[in-house]
Amino acid sequence: MRKPAPGALLLALIPFVTMCFAVPLWDRIEPMVLGLPFNLFWLIAWIVLTPLCMWAAYRLERARRTPGERLP
Amino acid sequence: MSPAVLCLSTILGIVALGTAVGFLAGVHRRMDLEQWTVGGRGFGVVLIFLLMAGEVYTTFAFLGASGWAYSRGGPVLYVLAYLTLAYVVSFFILPQIWEVGRKHGLQTQSDFFLVRYGSKYLAGLVCVVGIISFVPYLQLQITGVGIIVSVASYDGIGRTPAMVGAVVLLVAFVFASGVRAVAWVSIVKDVLMVFAALAIGIGVPSMHFGGIAPMFAALAHARPAHLTMPGATANLGHAWFVSTVLLTSFGFYMWPHGFGATFTAKSADTLRRNAVVMPLYTLTLVFIFFAGFAAVLVLPGLSNGDLALLTVVRKSFPPWFLGVVGGAGALTAMVPASIFILTAATLFAKNLYRPLLAPTMTDDQVARLARAMVIVLGLISLSLAVFSTTSLVSLLLTGYAGVTQFFPGVVLGLYWKRVTAPAVFVGMIAGVVAAVFLMLSHRDPLFGLSAGFLALCLNFLIVIGLSLLTTAPAGDAATAAADSWSEAR
Repeated sequence: MRKPAPGALLLALIPFVTMCFAVPLWDRIEPMVLGLPFNLFWLIAWIVLTPLCMWAAYRLERARRTPGERLP
Repeated sequence: MSPAVLCLSTILGIVALGTAVGFLAGVHRRMDLEQWTVGGRGFGVVLIFLLMAGEVYTTFAFLGASGWAYSRGGPVLYVLAYLTLAYVVSFFILPQIWEVGRKHGLQTQSDFFLVRYGSKYLAGLVCVVGIISFVPYLQLQITGVGIIVSVASYDGIGRTPAMVGAVVLLVAFVFASGVRAVAWVSIVKDVLMVFAALAIGIGVPSMHFGGIAPMFAALAHARPAHLTMPGATANLGHAWFVSTVLLTSFGFYMWPHGFGATFTAKSADTLRRNAVVMPLYTLTLVFIFFAGFAAVLVLPGLSNGDLALLTVVRKSFPPWFLGVVGGAGALTAMVPASIFILTAATLFAKNLYRPLLAPTMTDDQVARLARAMVIVLGLISLSLAVFSTTSLVSLLLTGYAGVTQFFPGVVLGLYWKRVTAPAVFVGMIAGVVAAVFLMLSHRDPLFGLSAGFLALCLNFLIVIGLSLLTTAPAGDAATAAADSWSEAR
């Protein structure tokens, strides 16, 4: 299988770092944002931002496809 | 009409509606093996979205996640992170799996291992591990139906008769309709689920605290430790969070049914676009969390956290609404459960029994055996659900520790030419044995890390190490498979 574009992998790494590895930085109650504890707010924000990262990754992967390949 | 009767008849009506939609979808189509299992390989973005969403939002999300928000607090946040990241992972593996599926006419996960590694023993092992991992997941759904019916009957109907009824309906449903029915019932279920989640997540905090923000303010004041990790637990801290999120997000599409659903897609691009938008679906769960957190102050001291959501609904809303929530909940159990049963039965008949014991069976005979297995599996999981008392989240994590052991074989199989069948075989067995040993000896988490994750690391090390040591001799079936593989692109 052809390896994924390095740019797409980097974009995919963003939500992994923010939602998973950075947990000690955001797992606290204060400051409350929109009435939510900070940890819950942070995760909700990244649920919304992750599709943006993956949309950019999708554009990168699409641009890389060989001209002969059938597009949908 | 008494509240219990009103509530139960609402549930029954909703389940009947969902089932009718399913039966109608199955009519007028000849059910050969391919139509029954992969829906003729022609599902577009919408049906795939529904099929995959149908598998994601199970009783676990409905009762289990709110139950953990209630009983454990902070650690439940892992659910939001893992579901989102699972779709990120899927972006890089599902389209590739689909390409292979189209080229080789694959129907199941085990087919994938057979074609990639050219070993029927490895393919058989994948079946066995897959079917065994399904059992706790199936048990989770049946337990969920039992909880729903007993709460909705105001404790008038016991859990056991409720679970028996659920299994009977489930088997009848799967028998009649196959995978296409499941995708259509998902529509009914998802609409109800989103409606119920919003109403509960906004309604419960508003009624008891005057809104979501005041509810969290009250909770932060009264029980601040509950809102962060490790919450009400002793050992589910940040290391547990990271290791569990990695385990479950890698494992999410390793479930045989999720993997198999890939083959129902129309194109690889369908799957890529799905992976981009699916994280948004996770937002529904946030509202379920609100209800679970609200229950901490509204209903302190419940013995079983999994009852929290329904009990708080019963306390706050009229009986008919509890019926709607219960009906949505019952469908969120039945839809995934029928997918699991369907997948496990097909795996057993097509990938385990036929290749290893009865190579001369025809496709029609395999389809008949698969239908017989549906009944057997329904009975096995029913008896386990009746005799066990584990929490819903623990059941899910047990299944994950099993299926995630497929991940090295899949991802290295797709992207690394040198990986060999013996290495994957040994790694998978080591991973499963390590996970089972750690869990049965109550060493989960170990050093603060999830046992399934440690087992996955061991698995990866063994697969990579042994692949570098073992090289398949030229002309070997595995080499031939690997060669035909690389020509796929």
